[in-house]
Amino acid sequence: MTERLWGILTDSFPKMLEYGIKVTIPLTILSFALALTVALGVALIQYARVKGIRQICRFYIWITRGTPLLVQLYIVFYGLPKIGIVLDAFPSAVIVLGLNEAAYMAETIRGTLESVSAGQLEAGYCVGMSWPKIMWHVVLPQAMRTAFPALSNSMIAMLKETSMAATITVMELFRQAQVINGRVYEPLALYIEAALIYLIFCTILTWLQHRGEKKLGSYGGVRT
Amino acid sequence: MMLEIRDVKKRFGGLTVLDGISLDVEKGDVVAVLGPSGSGKTTFLRCLNYLETADSGSMTFDGEKFDLHSTGKREIARLRRKTAFVFQNYNLFLNKTVLQNVTLGLTSGMGMDKKKAEAVALEMLEKVGMADKLQNYPNQLSGGQQQRVAIARAMATKPEIIYFDEPTSALDPELIGEVLAVMRKLAEDGMTMLVVTHEMDFARNVSNKVMFMEGGKVVETAPSKQFFENPAEERVKEFIRKIQNL
Repeated sequence: MTERLWGILTDSFPKMLEYGIKVTIPLTILSFALALTVALGVALIQYARVKGIRQICRFYIWITRGTPLLVQLYIVFYGLPKIGIVLDAFPSAVIVLGLNEAAYMAETIRGTLESVSAGQLEAGYCVGMSWPKIMWHVVLPQAMRTAFPALSNSMIAMLKETSMAATITVMELFRQAQVINGRVYEPLALYIEAALIYLIFCTILTWLQHRGEKKLGSYGGVRT
Repeated sequence: MMLEIRDVKKRFGGLTVLDGISLDVEKGDVVAVLGPSGSGKTTFLRCLNYLETADSGSMTFDGEKFDLHSTGKREIARLRRKTAFVFQNYNLFLNKTVLQNVTLGLTSGMGMDKKKAEAVALEMLEKVGMADKLQNYPNQLSGGQQQRVAIARAMATKPEIIYFDEPTSALDPELIGEVLAVMRKLAEDGMTMLVVTHEMDFARNVSNKVMFMEGGKVVETAPSKQFFENPAEERVKEFIRKIQNL
């Protein structure tokens, strides 16, 4: 490795890392929070078979899963201003990433909700609990515990997908790599360096997932 | 009369599961519901607590009449507060400890404060001999222990009647005794019970009334002594002969 290249890499690393920490991670956390909220709502509506709204949920999932994330980003950031809806790049990215991942997460959560035995609901009814209370105290905690590994997967996927936000001018980790590359033209080394930083982030997330799973364990330490 | 059940009918698709079931239950009665598998016993019990919706039929509970086909959510909730249900496969809340399983209905269903609920739960768990497992989860208990906790949960809400749906059918033979002992004690304390069961000893010695069902119909309802010693119906005589030959 030449001295020049080494200099470029050591200079760019803290810059990329900074944008990773200051932009990529907040973008991931906010998008994931939005995704989880929407996914829970959509999953519960389908689980409870709420007429009318349920069809709207199916429609939303159909559209969102059936179109590319990149195209969705373009529609929201470059397209919506045409009809007078102008959003900054960062909120656009949060909304698109969040709503996109929510469609997948809603299906995950719906699946785990339905995997909770109907007897749990019946037992709740029989001790005088209402549906919302049974959901809150009994069904959702069990479903979310089952969903935890899959939801962690979604979060890891989302962290990497934030790099797409570079295409709508969000100055995040990958966009920073592009900018530096534009000045020094070392694409192989710089993009590998960016990839490494993503890898570090994802490794930390994976580690957190394992810790989380261990902490949640399963009730009484026996797998069901 | 505490409970008057009249003409309960239920079809699943083309299959008639309940074809006009009627039953009277007095306060303190322990009624055993017997009959071959598929005779509709469990469906009958589930209809009484609106876990299944009957096609028609009514129930008068403490003088208040409930339509088993269509009743408002609020009325169902009110009725369920007077009753309790013990399931064949226990249905303990898997994410709750033994203690929480009993308190949850009290705090969240009946609005009791936590301290008081815990005191009640402890008392009930002592009655069923499970007070030493308060912090265990259902998965850490044997079937018999789980069912005893389920009975404590049912008793805790101070119901006027407890419905038992084959409470010992899922248990290892060695564990049946401990559950039956708890139920016998409950009966001796005067609890009104409606028990779907295959336990003939329980039906003969603990219950005071037996209803025999087959094909969705009541074949015979009689005081248990009379049912076992001098049944009126030929079908019941045949049933008694068969179980005595075991």
